[in-house]
Amino acid sequence: MSPLDSLRGALWSLWASKLRTFLTLLGVVIGVGAVISVMSIGRGSREAVTQQIESIGSNLIFVRPQAIRDQNVRGQLGSGLTLSLSDAEALADAPNVAGVAPEVNSFAQVQAGGNNTATRVLGVTPSYEQVRNFSVADGRFITDTDVDARSLNAVLGSRVATTLFPDSDPLGQTIQLNRRPYRVVGVLKTVGGGGQGVQDDAVLLPITTVQTRLVNQRQAGGANPVQLITVQATGEKTMDAAKEAITALLRERHRITGVDDFVLTSQDDLIAARTEVTNVLTILLGSIAGISLVVGGIGIMNIMLVSVTERTREIGIRKAVGAKRRDILSQFLTEAMMLSIAGGGIGLGAGFGVARLLEKLTLSGQAVQTLVTWDVAVLAVGVAVAIGLFFGIYPAMRAARMDPIEALRHQ
Amino acid sequence: MTATPVERPLIELRDVQKLYKLGGEGVRALNGVSVTINHGEMVAIVGPSGSGKSTLMHILGCLDRPTSGSYVLDGGDVQSYGDDALAEIRRAKIGFVFQQFNLLPRMTALQNVFLPMIYTRAKERERRAMESLERVGLGHRAGHRPTELSGGEQQRVAIARALVNKPPVLLADEPTGNLDTKVGAAIMEVFRQLNAEDGITVILITHDPTVSASARRVISMRDGAVVSDVKQAGAKA
Repeated sequence: MSPLDSLRGALWSLWASKLRTFLTLLGVVIGVGAVISVMSIGRGSREAVTQQIESIGSNLIFVRPQAIRDQNVRGQLGSGLTLSLSDAEALADAPNVAGVAPEVNSFAQVQAGGNNTATRVLGVTPSYEQVRNFSVADGRFITDTDVDARSLNAVLGSRVATTLFPDSDPLGQTIQLNRRPYRVVGVLKTVGGGGQGVQDDAVLLPITTVQTRLVNQRQAGGANPVQLITVQATGEKTMDAAKEAITALLRERHRITGVDDFVLTSQDDLIAARTEVTNVLTILLGSIAGISLVVGGIGIMNIMLVSVTERTREIGIRKAVGAKRRDILSQFLTEAMMLSIAGGGIGLGAGFGVARLLEKLTLSGQAVQTLVTWDVAVLAVGVAVAIGLFFGIYPAMRAARMDPIEALRHQ
Repeated sequence: MTATPVERPLIELRDVQKLYKLGGEGVRALNGVSVTINHGEMVAIVGPSGSGKSTLMHILGCLDRPTSGSYVLDGGDVQSYGDDALAEIRRAKIGFVFQQFNLLPRMTALQNVFLPMIYTRAKERERRAMESLERVGLGHRAGHRPTELSGGEQQRVAIARALVNKPPVLLADEPTGNLDTKVGAAIMEVFRQLNAEDGITVILITHDPTVSASARRVISMRDGAVVSDVKQAGAKA
């Protein structure tokens, strides 16, 4: 029996019972569609998190002080006072490091005229602009002169700017922060989005100004601590080398022999941490969707068994006129495979469609992002086909093994 | 072409036994049947139900193997063949005609005739299927489904299907059993023509005396054995 005859025969008998074929297909379509759309949400949200984290700059390593330990009570990460501006300056010369941006942050009420808002206050150096991917829309960023002079100049995030100065140009105007006046020298570009896009809602001051006027912490030696040093590696491949260099340098500077008094986190760590829950959920939901795929396969097997029983006489006739076992086997297997391949194909389309539709949804204020990746598509359709083969082989073997005399007697 | 009965054996059964196990009890359906049928013969196998004639037909048609004894068909020892080899023999050497016609209801007459050829690599399959239908006088009904055909027409389609692979022997199991006398006689006429004009060996299994009357040789069976084997010179031809 030629493959073409097999295909034609399978198509013929599937077409002959259209409703049954449709319902059987539906089982596979729903299975494949569910796997693809569920996975697309998982992949999509991972992609969103990755984009978000990468939007704050590339190849970043975050250096924070180790948590304070006081009589076995462990404080918040970064609560220690172990990092200083001079550490940051030293790190700038470490190998594989492209830029270093120390910061101190605080929270304050700012006001201008009759408007006020509570916002984050970031003490930064000029390199912050490049390392953290900030850009100025109007005016200028914090300069070295600002840092050296502990000047009272401020750069506003775009949301703070519009809140404080709804009708006028904020440049050159004065804001009040902790009852002290600051001059607005720049306004940042709007970034938008949630999560890391906090720069819209912040006031940037020279790091030295924040250290002395707002935070007022002191290290044991009297130097001003910093809360975070963002280090930019020269490239993706030098990330590990840069980490090692930072660790070695800080251990040496802090004369550490035992436990480090600082903690390194890379962007990849952040992505991994933030996508961990999503990944677990995706796998969980994907498995449930996968089960529906198996159920679809059982549907194929069920319908093929019914079909084999119904067509016992046909099998007898075919055998009487010279069909070999493998001819009957291939006839029924082709039908099962056709069901699963068509179901997989339609399910792929349906999954794509559902993914598109989901993107129009917003969940808790955030647009749902979906991404159908090739590996998922190939996997889902591949599994559908494998299931067709697996569940189709038993009915087909039953048909092929029938005794022609018995089959011909069947009513 | 005229059927010249040269003594060339097509079918040789030697001491064929067939045992069935039914509920632990052995049933001897055939008990030492020895028959030789030559090329170009038209033979009727008659007997009451339970005489073993259906079992004999299954063995002759290579749907089943004898428990013991030998069966040589067209020079090949069927006894030693496996299932697929038997299927191949059925396809190439045997045309079946059944009492219930056994056409596939979803297919047209032409598609039904075509069916045995999808298991071959034959060339010009469409043309051969059409020729076969025309041979039984049903060329004009090629596109009709079995349900749209009369009983006689359906049996003609079945005969056309049996002929399409040009087998040396036609095996007909009560071919007129579901037809009225007049239509049955017309079907018998088709068999006679195929036997006389094309030299096809025809074996009819029947209990209908008018059917066996048209055969030149009548083999009677009872209790799994041949009780008489008569050549009737005066068979109406």
